[in-house]
Amino acid sequence: MSLRYSLEPDPLPLRVRRSLARPEGAVFLVLVALLVALAVANPNLLEPGQLPRFIGRAAPIVIVTIGQFFVLISGEFDLSQGAVIGAQVVLAGNLIGADDSMILPTLVLMLLLAVVVGLINGLVTALLKVPGFITTLATMLVLSGLTFYATGGAASGNPSDSFREIGRGGLTVPIISYLPWSVLVLALTVAGAHLLMGRPFGRLLRAAGDNETTVGLSGASVWWLRTRAYVLSALLATLAAVLLVGYAGTHPTVGQGYQFTAIAAAVLGGVVLGGGRGWVLSAAAGAFVLECLISLLNVVGVASSWRDTVQGVIILAAVSAVALRWRGIHPRRTARIRAGEE
Amino acid sequence: MWGPVIALAAVVLLGGTACAPGSTPAPGAGAPTAGAQLDQAAYDTENAQRKAAFSGDPAKPYEQYLPGPMASGAATKLGRPGKVCFSNASLSNVWRQTGWITMNQQFLAMKTAGVLSELEVRDAQDSENTQVADIDYLVKEGNCDGYVVAPATVDATKAAIERACATGKPVIVFDRGTTATCITSFVHSVGGYAWGIDASEFLAGKLKAGQHVVALRTAAGVDVFEQRWAAAQKIFAAAGITVTDHLTGADPTKIKNAMADELAKGPVDAVWTDLGDQAVPAVESFQDAGKPVPPINGEDNMAYLRSWKKVGFDGFAAVYSCFQWRTALIALGDLFQGKDIPKDWVLPQTPITRDGLDAVLTANAAMPDVHSARFGGEDLPGYPQVWIDRRLR
Repeated sequence: MSLRYSLEPDPLPLRVRRSLARPEGAVFLVLVALLVALAVANPNLLEPGQLPRFIGRAAPIVIVTIGQFFVLISGEFDLSQGAVIGAQVVLAGNLIGADDSMILPTLVLMLLLAVVVGLINGLVTALLKVPGFITTLATMLVLSGLTFYATGGAASGNPSDSFREIGRGGLTVPIISYLPWSVLVLALTVAGAHLLMGRPFGRLLRAAGDNETTVGLSGASVWWLRTRAYVLSALLATLAAVLLVGYAGTHPTVGQGYQFTAIAAAVLGGVVLGGGRGWVLSAAAGAFVLECLISLLNVVGVASSWRDTVQGVIILAAVSAVALRWRGIHPRRTARIRAGEE
Repeated sequence: MWGPVIALAAVVLLGGTACAPGSTPAPGAGAPTAGAQLDQAAYDTENAQRKAAFSGDPAKPYEQYLPGPMASGAATKLGRPGKVCFSNASLSNVWRQTGWITMNQQFLAMKTAGVLSELEVRDAQDSENTQVADIDYLVKEGNCDGYVVAPATVDATKAAIERACATGKPVIVFDRGTTATCITSFVHSVGGYAWGIDASEFLAGKLKAGQHVVALRTAAGVDVFEQRWAAAQKIFAAAGITVTDHLTGADPTKIKNAMADELAKGPVDAVWTDLGDQAVPAVESFQDAGKPVPPINGEDNMAYLRSWKKVGFDGFAAVYSCFQWRTALIALGDLFQGKDIPKDWVLPQTPITRDGLDAVLTANAAMPDVHSARFGGEDLPGYPQVWIDRRLR
């Protein structure tokens, strides 16, 4: 008994071994395996500068997944992320154009839009108790409708090269030869998210996803926790939009479907839909896994018409494995969920 | 508890995304023959037509045509300005947007000339169902003297177009064509195979057997793109050139990811694209990788033409003539005045080559990146400011 409830942490090797047996840990093994497979299929990946470039291009979807994680862990969904990205990309393209002096005002406007979308998502969901996927489905439609109105559904011009630098450029550094700015942005985001989940905010957010009644009774404000999670999600989607418009340019299709990729990535990383369980670093690793998968299918040369299907089947197999593993870890809870009691 | 909820969400979402605005990267153009297989007869016809001698003034390519059977204007003469009802598939790509602006200015010119009185437009936003309803609405409520239809797809609106024909008023179809045979005239530039032949022969001419082309395709199963792609496959195969294709939805992030993987994997000796939007991200991916930019084909969109000039790679702009939008109105105006028009009104589509690039860039220097150089509205009221401002509503 004393061992089970001891405040002393277990020895590190034991904790690592235990973690790797859980979906949140196993995703890192999958990631390493995929990276090795990718390097075998395409040895050029090991040349200087190639790996940082690969991480850089995965940065937007990883950042979006981290935003989705905050909402998922609190027990909700955010389906508006893709539409937020699309709207921000079009804003940047239309307002900045070739005029560098518009960069700052446009960035302020983009931040403002993100906060407003996050607040609406959060307040309607948390205060009015509308299920999050209905609220965010509605904001998704509003935003994609506005984007459509502004563009007619076609591409607009790209913003100036100096605005695009953060998503397209980088630093020349010794040893790894090239470090895209997006890798730095990603590293800061991951570190920040990890720290935040260890703070009272993060702990309460996770607890609210697990049992909101207890958290509410203990004096925390559940609606405000969830609202802040939605604001974080919209802000991170906006950060991803800045990187994406830099990386590739403006098009109304940019960001389309990112919310689904992010949810799939988080589940792959062991985040439980419904909230309360999951690690932010594992969700990020889940997003890397998906990006590796896409790249692997490109490099191996799967016929283009089959790529989506192959990718879907692999994701299906992976999330099934995660679900089976959870059943092994929490057999009684799984049984209750299956019986519809939870 | 979550099972049924998620199932419901999935249903809502699948429905929601399928009709989300801008979700389909709509094709710019196309001829009526459908299907992924190469239609050899259509291929041969377009291959001949792209170099054929067109009748009419070369300074007014939007009025040129190939000799052939004519539709009589005797029965459609109005003796007063006529009302045009236009059912548009969508405005969801830059080619359609430019064409729509040109069409609007053409209408203003014809209104001033006393040929047309009114232009009622319904935009189906890429939905075939909406377009059927639009055409039926125009037939019942439009009080139209003639119809113009730019179909979303060749088959789905057939019955609705036949109901428009049944009114006895002239029906002009342009751009993608229709399987309805009752229409008065089909206005289009040569077509998708011709586009594919032009672009692919250019690239094949720059390459040797055994070299490698990456093909960026916008969508599978859309006839215009399938025709361009079928022509490319035929020409590259005959030249012994290896092709790797990627479906990108014209999403620049997907294009750059696919190109990054291809560049990491091995040499890319040329890039073939089926849409001008795809070319600029492809150019950027070579720059990002620090490699020289090989031959890359595009379209007459200004973004591509400017990138071609600035970066200085071997470029080629295949064209699907944007000015056909105004020809559709000219056709109806001719009928209202009792003039005969070609039954199959084939317009020229002249690619932009290195020799012609500078002139096109100079002429369109003030135009935005999303403008189509072959918009054909230089003689219309409002030129150039209307195309510079680019207001769609």
